[in-house]
Amino acid sequence: MIIDLQRFIVAERPTWTELERLLNRLEAEPASRMSLEQLEHFHLLYERTAADLARITTFSAEPETRRYLENLVARAYGEIHETRDRPGRRAPLTWFFQTLPQTFRRHVRAFYVSLAITLAGCAFGGFALALDPTAKPVLMPFPHLLQDPTQRVAEEESATQDRLAGHKTSFSAFLMTHNIRVSIFTLALGMTWGVGTFLMLFSNGIMLGAVTADFIRAGETKFLVGWLLPHGAVEIPAILIAGQAGLMLALALIGRGARVPLGARLRAVSKDLVTLIGGVGLLLAWAGFVEAFLSQYHEPIIPYPAKIAFGLIELGLLFLFLARSGATQRPPP
Amino acid sequence: MNSSLLKIRTPEGIVFSQLLAGPVTRFLAWFIDVMCILALLETLGRLLILLQFVSSNLAGAVYTLGYFAISIGYGMACEWRWRGQTIGKKLFRLRVVDAEGLRLQFNQIVTRNLLRFVDALPAFYFVGGVACWLSPQCQRLGDLAANTIVIRNPRVAQPDLDQLSAGMFNSLRHYPHLAGRLRQRVSPLEAAIALQALLRRDEFAPIARLELFRDLAAHFRAKVAFPPEATDGITDEQFLRNVADVIYRTRANNRIENLAA
Repeated sequence: MIIDLQRFIVAERPTWTELERLLNRLEAEPASRMSLEQLEHFHLLYERTAADLARITTFSAEPETRRYLENLVARAYGEIHETRDRPGRRAPLTWFFQTLPQTFRRHVRAFYVSLAITLAGCAFGGFALALDPTAKPVLMPFPHLLQDPTQRVAEEESATQDRLAGHKTSFSAFLMTHNIRVSIFTLALGMTWGVGTFLMLFSNGIMLGAVTADFIRAGETKFLVGWLLPHGAVEIPAILIAGQAGLMLALALIGRGARVPLGARLRAVSKDLVTLIGGVGLLLAWAGFVEAFLSQYHEPIIPYPAKIAFGLIELGLLFLFLARSGATQRPPP
Repeated sequence: MNSSLLKIRTPEGIVFSQLLAGPVTRFLAWFIDVMCILALLETLGRLLILLQFVSSNLAGAVYTLGYFAISIGYGMACEWRWRGQTIGKKLFRLRVVDAEGLRLQFNQIVTRNLLRFVDALPAFYFVGGVACWLSPQCQRLGDLAANTIVIRNPRVAQPDLDQLSAGMFNSLRHYPHLAGRLRQRVSPLEAAIALQALLRRDEFAPIARLELFRDLAAHFRAKVAFPPEATDGITDEQFLRNVADVIYRTRANNRIENLAA
């Protein structure tokens, strides 16, 4: 039997039009809420339109009406069956002081792995440089790091002119955006089953270890700590958190021992990844500011103990923030 | 790419399908978006010329931050504001949706856009394109991580059934028992073929149109034998229009229309 198409459309069109109107309103105002009566009516319209779709699919292969109804049912289905929290206006301070540290602590094992990989890289870089100092251009392929540390310290400490004068702000912006890009890349490489994230963390560790070993061998430890600690106390943990997020993504992708489908695993970590990378962005913005305005100035302009103390205070505050902030509040659902 | 359709079954047992966008269409939409990003950057650069008079250092910093925000945030902002669409996607009628048909979340939008860093490797979205081509749901790595798909929403027009000779004389209606038998014997698929042939008749080349309607008319004539006075003197296309009119319009329906008028 063929459905009487035109009669069917005439009879059912008011239902479809009303459902479409409600959907348009819901989509235009995501924060709006419906009363129980409105919800019941919305559900009734959805069920009736779904039944119409079933009828037209069964009795008539008229593709245009079917496609129109499929579109309506698909949109309404997303609104009715969605159980995740509807995004609303969130307080930025609550997110920063509660959601971010709680998320970090929930996945702290991935952070430890990220730290271990970086430390392994550091050990490798330091050991390689100590074993073969001629490998310096390979381990630290940046011109400003190839100079002899003692000579560099002498030049920095005897400088009479501010070499960053007139472009400190743009240098700071460059550092922020560059480091955030590297962090996002480290996270995104989690999609290579974590291989890319591992390589990024390990290569960062190699450079850090080689630079450290180079300055320690030259007897310039105080300069090194005074130079790196003010911004590194925030920048290095931020990169490690980006690595943590990359490893979380890889773990969800691999799904070892998990009995849930891939889509559900990735869906489960998606919100936490965004939270962590948001936090990384903020930390790196601060680190970029400190690196341009403080780290590049040495004795006699700024005493090393002051720079080191500043870096240690930052490190302590960051540790306290990540370990304790929001610990007494209930985590979000 | 294995299939261009994604079928979703609701708990109520209703199945609906989403038309998946292919890699080429998505690439073209991305190209438009790149043009939009370049236009925004150009605008920003021109605006900052004024700021350079005040401080070139500050202008440089604002441009660096602006470049970063626009290049990374364009996709996120557009897809969040326009529920899964950017300007390029709007032009090609594409939309990002949740892979399970649920509401698209902000986290999903951010995740799929951040993963562009890997999808874009080594150049021109090669990794993303290959992933899209191999994926059963045409997903690049960002879509896979965010559990999203990109669908195509072709323009859907309401069927214009008035083309089926509304108000015109239909010789087959003089034989209601045969018309009823025709309705009984024609399958939904056959009816749909007749309807689509009529609705799209102007899209065919003249010779193809004649041949198509000749074959279809012969097919439907074989279903029920109407007397010669009902079929003689009318073209194959007119015969098929009468058949579709019998199938898709009933007298009850005509009464409804008359009442509504």
